Amino acid sequence: MNTKISRRTVLAGAVVGAGALAMPSVLRAQDKSLKVGVYGGYFKKSFDEHIFPDFTKATGIAVESVAEPTGEAWLVQLEQAARAGQAPADVSMMAQVPMLKGQSTELWAPIDETRIKHFGDLLPQFVSKYQDGRIAGIGAVAWYITLVTNTDVYPQAPESWEALWDAANKDKLGLLALVSNSFLLEVTAKTFFGGTNALDTEEGQLKAFEKLAEVKPNVRLWYRDEAQFEQALKSGEIPMGQYYHDVTGLAASEGHPVRSTFPKEGGIQDSGCWAVSRASKKMDEALVFIDYMSQPSIQGLMSRKVGTAPTLKREVLDLTPEEFAAVSTEIEPIIPRYDLHATKADWLNQKWTEMIVG
Amino acid sequence: MKREHTRSLTDYAPLVYPGLMLIIFFVVPFSTMIAVSFFQRDPAGFYKTAFVFDNYARFLSLFFGQVLGFSLLLSVLVALCCVTIAFPFTYLLVRQSRAIQTVWLVALLSVLSLSEVIIGFSWSTLLSRTAGISNLLVWLGLIDQPVALLPSFGAVLTGMVYQALPYSILVLYPALVRLDPTLVEAARTLGASPGRAFFNVVVPALRNTLVATIIMVFVFALGSYLLPQILGRPQHWTLSVLITDQAIYQSNMPFAAAMAVFLVLISLALVGLTLLVGRRESAA
Repeated sequence: MNTKISRRTVLAGAVVGAGALAMPSVLRAQDKSLKVGVYGGYFKKSFDEHIFPDFTKATGIAVESVAEPTGEAWLVQLEQAARAGQAPADVSMMAQVPMLKGQSTELWAPIDETRIKHFGDLLPQFVSKYQDGRIAGIGAVAWYITLVTNTDVYPQAPESWEALWDAANKDKLGLLALVSNSFLLEVTAKTFFGGTNALDTEEGQLKAFEKLAEVKPNVRLWYRDEAQFEQALKSGEIPMGQYYHDVTGLAASEGHPVRSTFPKEGGIQDSGCWAVSRASKKMDEALVFIDYMSQPSIQGLMSRKVGTAPTLKREVLDLTPEEFAAVSTEIEPIIPRYDLHATKADWLNQKWTEMIVG
Repeated sequence: MKREHTRSLTDYAPLVYPGLMLIIFFVVPFSTMIAVSFFQRDPAGFYKTAFVFDNYARFLSLFFGQVLGFSLLLSVLVALCCVTIAFPFTYLLVRQSRAIQTVWLVALLSVLSLSEVIIGFSWSTLLSRTAGISNLLVWLGLIDQPVALLPSFGAVLTGMVYQALPYSILVLYPALVRLDPTLVEAARTLGASPGRAFFNVVVPALRNTLVATIIMVFVFALGSYLLPQILGRPQHWTLSVLITDQAIYQSNMPFAAAMAVFLVLISLALVGLTLLVGRRESAA
C-alpha cells in the first residue's frame, strides 16, 4: 500500500486551503459595493475602462455602473424610486438643472464636505448647494458643447456661432431638440446681444427666440438622441451642428472625419455633479467614491482618458498645457442660465416648442 | 337556438380572470393617469396632489389643436395605406400553397420582432443621402446625384406603414382564410371580372374585418413617438412626441397625463363614431 502523499494531493490540498482563505475577502468585496449612475455610451464605456477598476483596487469597493439616460428621465426615475424607498443608483452623475429640481424635492442626501480632501480646490461652480447651505452635489465632470463639423464637407473650421445662421448652411445642421439641453438661447444672447444677461427679462428672452427662429431653415435634425446626430455627423449626412466636445474629440481620435471648434463667443460649458439619492443606504461608500473622484490625479486621468474638463483649480492639476487645451480652452465659456431653466422651464419650453414645431 | 339565462354566480366565473387582467392592466393605470392629469404641476420639481384644470386649459390652444389634428390625420392615413396594401396582399396570399403561406407568415412575424428604434434607424439609413436608396438610382442612371429623402412626411408615413403592415396582415389573414371561395366562384360564373368580383363581393363580405383592422392600425399609429422624431421634421411630430417631451424631459407629469387622457378620449370617440356609422349603414 502506498502511504506516500502524492504531489497531486498536496497541490489539491493547497488549492482548497487557498480557496478557504480567499473566501472571506471575496465576501467582503461583495459587501462593499456601490451603484453608480453614469451617462450611457461613451461616458459609461470610458469610466468602466479607465476609472472604476482602479477605484475598486484602491478602496475595495466594487462599482456597479448603471447607464443613465441624459436629461431628466433619470431624475424622474430616481425620484419615483426614492418615494418607494429604492435607489436605482446610490451615486448619480446629474446635470445642473436636474440638480436644482432634485433639490426642491430634497432628493439629494446632504454631503459632508469634511470627508472630501480636495473640497477647497474645487472651482466654485462645482459645488451645488441647497438654499440653507447644505451641499447637494460635488462637481463630477465638466464638458463643452461646441460647434462641430464634418471635415470632409467643411475643410475650413467655422469661427463663430454665427455659422448656424449662415444661409449657405441651409438644411445642414443638427441641433439639440430641447430648450433645456441645447442652451441655444444663451448662444444667441452671447453671439448677438452681448451676453447671457440679455436673457434677464422676458423681453430679452423673446428677442432671443425671435433671432433663434431664423436658424430654422438651416436645421435638418432637431435631435433628442445623441446617437442619431453623431452617426449623421460622421457620415457627412448632417455636416454641422452642436455636439459634445469630448465625444467629438474621441470620435476624431478613432479616425472619423469630425472636428470640434470653440467659437470665438465661447463653447457652452455644462457640467455634472455627483449626487447621492436620499434612498441610498450607502452614504459612507458614496463619500469615499466622491473623495476619490475629486483628487487632482483622477481629474487629470479623466481629462486624458475620458476627455472631460476638470472640476479642480488649474494649479493643483498635473495636466500639461497641451493636455489641458485638449479638454478646455482659454476662451471664456458660455455658462447656461440654469436658474431660468429651473424656474421658467414651462414657459421657455412652450415658446421653444411653438418656435420649432410651428 | 334558445339562449340559456344565467342563473348563478358561478356562471360568471369565466369572466373573473379577464376582468381582473383588465382592472390590473387598464383600469388601474388609466385611472392613475386621469388622477395625475388633475394634479398641480410644481415647476421646480414634480407635482402636488390637487384638483386643478390648469393642465387641460394649457392644452386647449390652437397650437396643440394643430398637433392633435396632424396626429389624427397621420394615423388615419397610416391605417388606410396599411389596409390598401394588406388586403389585396392577404387575399392573394391565402390562395397560395400551404408552404408559401408559411414562409410569408414567418417573414412577417420576424418583422414584428424588430423594435421601433431599429425600424427608425434602418429607414433613416435607407433614405439618407450618403448611404440610401437614392445612390442605387444614381447607379441606374435615373437621377444625377444622391438626395436625402428624409426628414419628410413621406419618410414618416413609410416607416409607420412598414411597422403596422404585419399587424394588418395578421388580423386580415384568418378572416380571408375562412372566406367561402364559392362566393367568388359564383360571381365569376355570373360573369364578373376578377377585379369586379373582388370589389363587389369580397370587400363587402369582409367589411367588418376591414373596419376592425383600420381601427387597430389607427390606434397603434397614434401611439408612435419615435418614428416621427427620427424620420420627420418638427412639424411632423405627433402629440405622442410632445407627451414624451413633457413626461421625460420636462418632468411635467400632470400636463403629459392631461394630453394623454385627451388623446385617448378623442381616439375612443372616433372609434365609437366609426362603429356607430357602420351599424347604421348595415341596418339600412
